[in-house]
Amino acid sequence: MFHDLGEVLLLLGRTLRALPHTVRQGRKVMEQLFEIGNASLLMACLLSLFIGGVLALQTGPVMAERGLHHFIGQIVGLSMCRELAPVMMAVLIAGRIGSAMAAEIGSMQVYQEIDALRTMSINPVHYLVLPRLVAISIALPVLVIFSILVGWVGGALVAVTNYQISISLHGYVKSLGNGVDVMDVVNGLLKSFGFAVAIGAIACQQGLATTGGPRGIGRSVTKAVVNSIVVILLLDYVFTRLLMHLD
Amino acid sequence: MNSSPTQGIRLEVRGLSKSYNGQPVLRELTFTVERGEVFVIMGPSGSGKTVLLKHLIGLELPDAGEILLEGEPVSAPETLTRHRVAMVFQSGALLNSLTVAENVGLYLAEHRLKPPAEIRRIVSEKLALLGLAGTEDRLPAELSGGMKKRVAIARALVIEPQLIFYDEPTSELDPLIAVTIGREICRLNRDLGVTSVVVTHDRDLAFGIAHRIAVLYAGRFLALGTPDEVRAHPDPVVQQFLRADFSFTAEPTPTLQPVAP
Repeated sequence: MFHDLGEVLLLLGRTLRALPHTVRQGRKVMEQLFEIGNASLLMACLLSLFIGGVLALQTGPVMAERGLHHFIGQIVGLSMCRELAPVMMAVLIAGRIGSAMAAEIGSMQVYQEIDALRTMSINPVHYLVLPRLVAISIALPVLVIFSILVGWVGGALVAVTNYQISISLHGYVKSLGNGVDVMDVVNGLLKSFGFAVAIGAIACQQGLATTGGPRGIGRSVTKAVVNSIVVILLLDYVFTRLLMHLD
Repeated sequence: MNSSPTQGIRLEVRGLSKSYNGQPVLRELTFTVERGEVFVIMGPSGSGKTVLLKHLIGLELPDAGEILLEGEPVSAPETLTRHRVAMVFQSGALLNSLTVAENVGLYLAEHRLKPPAEIRRIVSEKLALLGLAGTEDRLPAELSGGMKKRVAIARALVIEPQLIFYDEPTSELDPLIAVTIGREICRLNRDLGVTSVVVTHDRDLAFGIAHRIAVLYAGRFLALGTPDEVRAHPDPVVQQFLRADFSFTAEPTPTLQPVAP
């Protein structure tokens, strides 16, 4: 575990040093961005719609009973911004994109494609890791913005239509506007950026460390997803404490 | 990148040793490949040929000994940028997500050595040279084993290499394509003066193209010399390896002992 962590940090360091080469890899960054967005946007929206809806459904009736229904928009809004959208999107991306990255790079490692790159003096960190890490670091925060917006819509749909809550759309939006400010959204975006870097680095490291044929690729994919989710949850706590302190 | 006209370079190996998990795979190998020479490393499976090749191109680091290209250690990053070295992998190792043209032009495109139109021209020229004209837009998955290998050679040629390593260039190929590949290796050596190091267990190929042959067995060279010298070598293992054939009518040919660690 500590060996893997050390390898991830080393890879991250090498990728950060390669950042000035990002412009040269622009086409590959765009391809990866399209891949991530295309693979995840619909799923992200669907997931967020239901998360927002369930949040309103779980809290709404209890609060309405106590005459606090004008806080529902605030609760859904803040929860989506600060916690649910960044964490749920990061878990989704770890499963969909992190696994694909580990599998693709792992397969290239097993079938000597990465050795071939090295013999052509092409640095695999520049060619493979950098575009993926940059793309995921841009794509995840963008997906989180979509997720927050769709989550708010999901919460509104339930809050307005559920007879136990029965709050007007105007009331919901007003509550949301009163409770959520730009810094709450920024808070969530900062978290998601940190998660994206972690997912990208873990997935690429696992791919590059793949040995032993198709079974090795499967093992790398599993480790990439599991390690990413564990790190997302650990980082979530750290970021939350840090951001609360800064607030 | 060095852009001087192609001219073979000298490879020197001194006391190269390597072990994996305490098992010695290469044992104090010392040899030299001269400029413009075709040097073939033969040996049965598991004798350490591919491991040796990976050391020669700097993909693995030795436990002891040194590998020098024109007197410079291959492990130093600037050595492989100063000299143009290419490798043709046993599997071809083409990037599966790229088309044939993108694979062949990858070196030029990534190092921005030529404009895109010029790269397309060079790629078409190299593919035509290997009888692969018209395959530019195909993916590696759509090619046969022989075509993949020829694309891998075209990719190596684009580098205008001074030294080419071939790992089992004729494995999994039918005899006709194997002969074509052997002819290509000879032609490159003759026309361009490229130094070639070929790892193979194909005896016909080895004796057909080599200036010198080394027979590797259990991490050591049992024989090293011209094809005639190796053919006449008295070592019984060398003779077994060279004389093994498919004649089953008489007594079966004794098989080689497994490589002992």
